[in-house]
Amino acid sequence: MNYSILLSQMLEASLMSLRLFFSTLLFSVPLGLLVAAGRRSRVKLVSWPVRIYILLMRGTPLMLQLLFIFYGLKPLTGIQLDRVFAAQVAFILNYAAYFAEIFRGGIDAVPRGQYEAAKVLGFTRRQTFFRIVLPQVCKMILPPMSNEFINLVKDTSLAQVIGVTELLRVTSDWVSSAVSMVPFAVAAVFYLAMNAVVTRCFAVAEKRLDYYR
Amino acid sequence: MPILTAREIYKSFDGAGVLKGVSIEVEKGEVLTIIGPSGSGKSTLLRCIAQLETVDRGAISVCGDRLVQNGKDRTAAYSDRATCSRISRHIGLVFQNFNLFPHFSVLRNITEAPVHVLGKKKEEAEAAARELLKKMELSDKADAYPYQLSGGQQQRVSIARALAMDPDILLFDEPTSALDPELTGEILKVIRELAAERMTMVIVTHEMAFARDVADRVVFMADGAVVEEGTPEQVFDNAQSRRTKSFLSRFSES
Repeated sequence: MNYSILLSQMLEASLMSLRLFFSTLLFSVPLGLLVAAGRRSRVKLVSWPVRIYILLMRGTPLMLQLLFIFYGLKPLTGIQLDRVFAAQVAFILNYAAYFAEIFRGGIDAVPRGQYEAAKVLGFTRRQTFFRIVLPQVCKMILPPMSNEFINLVKDTSLAQVIGVTELLRVTSDWVSSAVSMVPFAVAAVFYLAMNAVVTRCFAVAEKRLDYYR
Repeated sequence: MPILTAREIYKSFDGAGVLKGVSIEVEKGEVLTIIGPSGSGKSTLLRCIAQLETVDRGAISVCGDRLVQNGKDRTAAYSDRATCSRISRHIGLVFQNFNLFPHFSVLRNITEAPVHVLGKKKEEAEAAARELLKKMELSDKADAYPYQLSGGQQQRVSIARALAMDPDILLFDEPTSALDPELTGEILKVIRELAAERMTMVIVTHEMAFARDVADRVVFMADGAVVEEGTPEQVFDNAQSRRTKSFLSRFSES
């Protein structure tokens, strides 16, 4: 087993995992905010489809969603997505649902008195949300968000079921061809390193928001 | 002409009547205290005036602007949004639980609305806020956060926050009910000072001695209606209704 080739291939595959990770966050966080808003809407025509979407995303395996978007879309709509793009779409749709529920919980946890004080002072609904509510939500949702971010790092490994050459796929290939368990250990270290960074970022964020209670 | 009139206000929550035809009037520079047992609708009345609740029926006017009146079908018809928001500028409300913004410093709690609602310059708003903090004897707390303050200090900040919007009428919804007896005094002192400056105020309170000596006029409410109204002497010493007498007797005993 040539370790330098092993490491360079695994590093390259990690870049694919990171690409999935960042592209998912970039779109699923804003989408999650929109979904949370839709879920909280008093208009049933809005909130019910959103509820069904959340149920579908959280109620079926992410792996199934990946398979469906890559293989199942073609027979239904004639659209064939590229492997990586299909993975990104699946991750974004899936994580947006989880983020939406976290955001919703955070928004609902802001006391009514905050809205009332803002209203009496003449803030518009928009100002109230962005100046008063959202900053408080951000602080409250940090712990559940860090869970999701860490999950996402590990979930990128699921993309291999539709043939994306991410970290764990390359690792398994090496294990079977070299008949050695070493690549598994290396992969574990890679995932741990990525999540150590995520954990550190959240610790910094929590500390920065620690100035109030 | 009264600066605030509420006439024949009706309000119910889930079919249970909370306000059953309440009318009050407040003249400019007057201090009106509203007393009465819990559940008598005092707070709901203030919240209707502050537009935190909508009335089912009745009329409210503030500074000559009509907020709501009875429509053709005898239910409440509110004025357009512009009028409603103009009226809310005339009114400040101090909450029982302060409702300060926890993520803002004391100074920013006070300046946020003047800057972003009234469009004041930041420096100007901060100078005014520091002036108000001085008046509240909290000059050294400008950079503190709400959680670092005692309840009494938080309530004084919330009074400063309301005053920073320069309201014509300041409403107090049981401003001392969430405070220890020791801290109650500092809030009452601040309100007395405002009364001496002829600030128009409507104060819902359970502090009977205070309600009596700060008020120009006292309203006693019970079961969603005004039972008695008059000068502090009339209401406290010469109550006409048995309901008022029995309520007040519980305080004089203790």
